[in-house]
Amino acid sequence: MPSKDKKYSCPMSRDQVVEAYFLEHRGKLLDVAAFLDRVDRSRPSGRAGGEDYRVAALREALCLLADGRPRRVERVLKLLSDPTSRPIPKALGKAAGGAYGNASRPVGKGKKMGP
Amino acid sequence: MRYIDPHIHMVSRTTDDYRSMGQAGCVAVTEPAFWAGFDRSSAQGFYDYFRQLTEHEPRRAAAYGIRHYCWLSVNPKESEDVTFAREVMELIPGFISKPNVLGIGEIGLNKNTVNELAIFEEQVALADRLGQLILVHTPHLEDKLKGTRLIVDAIRRNANVDPERVLIDHVEEHTVKMVLDAGFWAGITLYPDSKCTPQRAADIVETYGHERLWANSAGDWGHSDPLAVPKLRMEMARRGHSLQVIERLLYENPARFLGQCPKFHLDGV
Ligand SMILES: [Zn+2]
Repeated sequence: MPSKDKKYSCPMSRDQVVEAYFLEHRGKLLDVAAFLDRVDRSRPSGRAGGEDYRVAALREALCLLADGRPRRVERVLKLLSDPTSRPIPKALGKAAGGAYGNASRPVGKGKKMGP
Repeated sequence: MRYIDPHIHMVSRTTDDYRSMGQAGCVAVTEPAFWAGFDRSSAQGFYDYFRQLTEHEPRRAAAYGIRHYCWLSVNPKESEDVTFAREVMELIPGFISKPNVLGIGEIGLNKNTVNELAIFEEQVALADRLGQLILVHTPHLEDKLKGTRLIVDAIRRNANVDPERVLIDHVEEHTVKMVLDAGFWAGITLYPDSKCTPQRAADIVETYGHERLWANSAGDWGHSDPLAVPKLRMEMARRGHSLQVIERLLYENPARFLGQCPKFHLDGV
């Protein structure tokens, strides 16, 4: 359980955390790198406005990981969130795209999510 | 070690899944009414779905020593057509006193539309009128933060609803604090693509504590894992959390929230 000292709420020592998770997350980092390389190697679809809004958001999120500040997951999730506050008049589809796209960007093309 | 999966769509799962869950220590599931992956063509489709949830599914579960409970509602993905949604809502009082029905759910928002919000508020009022617990679905991905805010505000507008009787599900690192601070219960969903891994779920518990928190698989017809809850148990054990804390999160907490409905019991488990 979270110890009294909230800063060290994970019961593992730092060495143990690195030992247990480093290789797994090294692999995930390489997956992200490979995805960005794959995007570069694919033919542009000719849509005006350049890069897909989701890829642009991912690049922005990567900067958050390297800024040395805490609460990275929370800050990445917020960066990828719809920042508006009012309900929308009507949905264009049921799916979410994974990043916030403004009206000029294609939305609703994300994978269909289950319950 | 025994556990409860308090949010799983067993109508979409095989009998082999029931067997694996029973073998892994699952003693009870609760199944919220939701979207089938396609829109039903009439409210009659929901009538049969509610029969499946209240009559057929408990028998399937019992064969593996698992108690099956459910929640009834029209889900947010089929709430855009408000006339249709209201027809479905009219069916609910006829099923609410069935012995395995624990409350109204999963209600909530999907794309955060005006119509979804209207139907959500009507179902909160229905739950209040019928004296029922509420299980809330929050939207996915970029829609979650805004949707969770709209949901918290909408429930607070209904002064009769006690937040202790509402569980807001599918929280993540950017929504869990808002939900807990408002006095609601929060649910972490272990879902391979759009929600949390067991590692992140354990991180959330370490950061925000385990009061008013449960974890579920939300296993369904999509890419999901009916054994996700025991995977969280293993992740927490591996980190050195005590069995007492793990049992509190995965068994006692859901039992405490669900036990607010007198129909829920775990006698003999
Ligand atoms: Zn669900």
